[in-house]
Amino acid sequence: MPQIDAPTASFPRIAPVGIAGLLVSFADRLSEPANRAALAFRAAIEAEALDGIEEVATSLTSTFVRFDPLHLDHATLSRHLESLLKTQDWTRAELPGGRRHFRIPCVFGTDLAPQFDEAAQVAGLSAQEAIASLTAARPRVLTIGFAPGQPYTGELGPEWDIPRQTALTPRVPEGALVVAIRQLIIFSAPTQTGWRHIGQTAFRCFRPEAEEPFALRPGDEISLRAISPAELERIRAEDQTGQGGADVEVIR
Amino acid sequence: MSRQLIIHRAGPQVTVQDRGRPGLLGQGLSKGGAADPVALAEGAALLRHPASHAALEMAGIGGSFEVTEDTRIALTGAPMQASIDGQAVVWNASHLLRAGERLEIGAVTRGLYGYLHLGGGVATETVLGARAAHLAAGIGRALRPGDRLPLGDDTRAEVGMTLDPEPRFAGGLVRITRSMQTHLFAAEMLERFQNTAFKRDARGNRMGARLEFEGAPFAASGQLSILSEVIVPGDIQMTGDGTPFVLLPECQTTGGYPRIGTVIPADLPRVVQAGPGVTLRFEVIDLPDAIEVHRRHIATLAKLPATIRPLLRDPAQMQDLLSYQLIGGVISAHDDHL
Repeated sequence: MPQIDAPTASFPRIAPVGIAGLLVSFADRLSEPANRAALAFRAAIEAEALDGIEEVATSLTSTFVRFDPLHLDHATLSRHLESLLKTQDWTRAELPGGRRHFRIPCVFGTDLAPQFDEAAQVAGLSAQEAIASLTAARPRVLTIGFAPGQPYTGELGPEWDIPRQTALTPRVPEGALVVAIRQLIIFSAPTQTGWRHIGQTAFRCFRPEAEEPFALRPGDEISLRAISPAELERIRAEDQTGQGGADVEVIR
Repeated sequence: MSRQLIIHRAGPQVTVQDRGRPGLLGQGLSKGGAADPVALAEGAALLRHPASHAALEMAGIGGSFEVTEDTRIALTGAPMQASIDGQAVVWNASHLLRAGERLEIGAVTRGLYGYLHLGGGVATETVLGARAAHLAAGIGRALRPGDRLPLGDDTRAEVGMTLDPEPRFAGGLVRITRSMQTHLFAAEMLERFQNTAFKRDARGNRMGARLEFEGAPFAASGQLSILSEVIVPGDIQMTGDGTPFVLLPECQTTGGYPRIGTVIPADLPRVVQAGPGVTLRFEVIDLPDAIEVHRRHIATLAKLPATIRPLLRDPAQMQDLLSYQLIGGVISAHDDHL
């Protein structure tokens, strides 16, 4: 039986999660190639559709396979994953097809996003520079997780490698844009968080009643368009879809 | 007008639950569903309806209920005080609730989560393929006085049946397997974890159970720099203050705290149903053994419908018992277990 219990120094690495999961990790810290590998490897496993596999998902740098251990044993699945890993260099794989670019209106700072000034200061930028930097960036959705539809996007420039706060902000609202460790998240529900609340959007990441309940997919890209609080209010009043005034285009 | 369940009064967390929404982890939605899936299976067996039917889950306290037409009910999970129009009714059994009668369900006597099943199931609209409320995701909500829930069609009439519940309300030994991050904990730490008695913090919810204990905090090496990684229910994460937290069906889908191990599915209901004062202990078992336990657990659940039997002390059933004795002549009137 392939060794799946003991950690090894090298990647990719296969390890058990509970009795019905195997995790294929491509790195122990975030990198674009490892994220690319996790996404492509997920697609490859789904395409093979091995009997007994019940779900495939990705986190930042890993692919997770949930299966029925009474139907498909760990050794067989582990061998299958190992041979699939050897078929190509996954860190150089293509990104998922059908990727989209969402251009999302966002209020930076004001009382709607009270930690903007502080975050800019920690990043060593003036308020103007911070807005310029954030609106010029086009981070990619690295994973959807923690809460339904919630995107972790990145990576921003190194100036945004700012730590999470040790004290938690008790509650930021749905649609909040938060920053830490070169990543941006738009919160899908009101949340307690250690990330700094720097912007506010009307974008709803999770729309349980809609035909497509999860707005974003890994591989999609986002950019932000600075708007005033009055404009956000107008968008909120008019928007029935949860799109929050965002434009969407397919990336070709 | 279809049959309805009317909620006159409800404890703070009475929700519709079924087997949840598996398959959406990659979209950030945990499976959710009944906190105690065994109770869901037991209720389905008692009413002989599909295990996919939805029921009411009651955390700690039940409520006051009425039906618009005669309806079969079953009560499973954590035993609660229950009566129909003032007459006490037995837990782990099915009963007939007539239209207009008042079903009162009080506080738990052991465990945490009790279940009210209704013949034909609760037939509310499905969201993403299930009826289960997922409060953390904003799907559904806790029930309130005045709510009326539609019920599905029920073609059966059998009531007054009982079963012996799977033991899970007195804490005890909980088996765990090693997980992807177990190696981050020193061997002595894992040993001490298995020799520690834990009690569930009363503030737990469907997302997770915090465990209290005496002794030094538990910690992994490199705890602060761990990349956020996938979570499955049963994972035991060590939070920043070194306290274990068992993740339950409504947990977040990823987390950055290290996991010392994962509770096997067969033993997770013991954690879910660990009430005040109950002690839990953990034991690491090997993966092949855990899978064998899982195999037996699934087989036991599949056999539940074959284990139900008449509730002989119910006066409504006494007539049947007498005729059975006359014909069969094999049941002694002195048998204690009757």
